[in-house]
Amino acid sequence: MAKSEKPRVSRNKELIRGVGRFSRSKMYHKRGIWALKEKNGGSFPRHDKQPPQAKAVEKAPKFYPADDEPKPLINKRKPKPTKLRSSITPGTVLILLAGRFKGKRVVFLKQLESGLLLVTGPFKLNGVPIRRVNQAYVIATSTKIDISTVDASKFTDKYFEKEVVRKKKTESDFFEAEKEDKKTLPTEKKEDQKVLDAVVLQAVESVPDLNQYLSSRFSLRSGMKPHELVF
Amino acid sequence: MPFRRYVEIGRVALVNYGPDYGKLVVIVDVVDQNRALVDSPKMVRSQMNFKRLSLTDIKIDISRVPKKKVLIEAMESAEVQKRWENSSWGRKLIVQKRRAELNDFERFKIMLAKIKRGALIRRELSKLKKENPV
Repeated sequence: MAKSEKPRVSRNKELIRGVGRFSRSKMYHKRGIWALKEKNGGSFPRHDKQPPQAKAVEKAPKFYPADDEPKPLINKRKPKPTKLRSSITPGTVLILLAGRFKGKRVVFLKQLESGLLLVTGPFKLNGVPIRRVNQAYVIATSTKIDISTVDASKFTDKYFEKEVVRKKKTESDFFEAEKEDKKTLPTEKKEDQKVLDAVVLQAVESVPDLNQYLSSRFSLRSGMKPHELVF
Repeated sequence: MPFRRYVEIGRVALVNYGPDYGKLVVIVDVVDQNRALVDSPKMVRSQMNFKRLSLTDIKIDISRVPKKKVLIEAMESAEVQKRWENSSWGRKLIVQKRRAELNDFERFKIMLAKIKRGALIRRELSKLKKENPV
């Protein structure tokens, strides 16, 4: 219906669950069924059944399996996007806890559609490139950098997908299998890194000592109790 | 060797156990051998075991179980809070509290400052050593 419908209100107030204020006959009158009948010459307007449309004749399938297998139940569940911790906002300094860069302090840029966090070192300071990181392997510190001028819109999950190389299986390739080309980063990705980091570095320079902070790694020392530390 | 800080009416003590941990209270009466009636401007007057109290050097001049208003006036005129914050014990507690709430970046900055200070000291020391060879 193109008309915008107001929420339907019941003409029969509910006294208790299952009991209305007005009886069936009263409701018949209130709903105006008598007027509709009058308008339609004594009986309630009705549609006659539509003639059944001829269905296309289905041929028996060429092949069907011998046993009836039980079909799995339909699952319409859509996983929700990962909830971002409230302590993580764009510009937060994060401490990476696992992987090649464990202990490194890194700047958070945004959350990607897959739920992973987009971070950058910046590369010049600590060698961490523009990278995806899982929220679970990260400590969020309370230090925030102003990266409102940073544009990270071109970085999505697709940007980080591995390039599929299809090899043709020929004999010569067998012998050349030992000579694998070293996978170098394409220059565009290096350029992206430089462009992004230029803006981030500007924000970092404005805070004293922050560049040294980001260059150093986090470690636990004697007497530090992680459950008592304030990050 | 003799005791210097006595439990008396007007003695200011620090609560060292329980929900009021870290608060300064004034002993306003003694209940029995183990317990005192204790009061503070921001708390309801209640009894506390002496084991929960650490006596301080500060004593104020009040009569037994003063009214809250009188107690507050006496504490203001004796400047209890100021004396506490200037005492070495009080200063230590303030520093401990501040250290506990440092965030990671602040801890890093302190580390840098300590290194710088150490370097300055060592520089001066080496200068002095050169001037006065031993």
